[in-house]
Amino acid sequence: MEHPNLTYINALSGGDDAFKSKLISIVKKEFPEEKAVYFKNFKAKNFKATAENVHKLKHKISILGLEESYKIAEDFEDRLKENNVSGYETFNAILQNITDYLETL
Amino acid sequence: MNCIIIDDEATARAIITQLCSNIPSLNILEEFPNALQAIKYLNQHEVDLIFLDIHMPDFTGFDFIQTLKNPPKIILTTSDAQFAIEAFEYDCIVDYLVKPIALQRFEKAIKKAESFSAAAATIPDDDKVETSSGNDLYVNIDRRLIKIDIPSIYLIEAKGDYIHVKTEDKNYTVHSTLKKIEEKLPKDIFLKIHRSYVINVQKIIDIEDNSVLIKKDVIPVSRSNRPELMKRLNLL
Repeated sequence: MEHPNLTYINALSGGDDAFKSKLISIVKKEFPEEKAVYFKNFKAKNFKATAENVHKLKHKISILGLEESYKIAEDFEDRLKENNVSGYETFNAILQNITDYLETL
Repeated sequence: MNCIIIDDEATARAIITQLCSNIPSLNILEEFPNALQAIKYLNQHEVDLIFLDIHMPDFTGFDFIQTLKNPPKIILTTSDAQFAIEAFEYDCIVDYLVKPIALQRFEKAIKKAESFSAAAATIPDDDKVETSSGNDLYVNIDRRLIKIDIPSIYLIEAKGDYIHVKTEDKNYTVHSTLKKIEEKLPKDIFLKIHRSYVINVQKIIDIEDNSVLIKKDVIPVSRSNRPELMKRLNLL
């Protein structure tokens, strides 16, 4: 599986370490919250809402440079809109990949 | 330009704020996690530009735009490219940025927003009509110059302080008068047939007594304008 990176965040911060730290702390706070809502909606079989949660999580996936994972997330979001849950495990692995990476920051 | 940011994602708001900090002409007034808070703010404050997320719970970006009577310029920010076509149905939307937003692309969007401001500023408020060049007519709607293909216009109707310009594809409402627009249109094609109507004579379907059928519109012909209309027709 591809590894998350800070390429985008570094480019955006342009050497502004204060901003970089601030953004990382926002992501570290917001990502677990979004993930929790995603799991809650999935468990409740509210797949339309789950698709919305995946949509929101896609931004975190993209800013951490996970291009392949982003495409997987897009496909999963589309399937969820049709109440099709295939790809659930794969998407969860992406979330775990990000969770592990954020713990190192 | 005074701006606000509307996005339910804190990460996105922080990124847009950072992008704005690179551009001295931008001044972020407020940021909002939902559209309803922004609506309350806009009831009391004027802004020049809104960065607006489309995907928000309860109230989407498009729902938000529809609540605004005189929307300022809007730059949409979204993770989906699929709404781009719908986005440009709205005259107030200047650009459409797909997340994650790169600085270079962001700067391009701001330049577009600034050029819209400049174009609007060159036209006095009480003379918002038209600038014609060749076959095109530019009308100022919500501080944006919209190009209309002159031959596609088939009817112009005066209504109070406004005119409705009807074309093959779309209709436009412009703060202007029939007299002003008449001056900008080719006289061999367009003719005033009533104090409230100018028509494209090439688009006439038929004429009956004191009315003209043009597309699906039946337009009255005033007695004083009828002779000129009859002169224009290639009668057998």
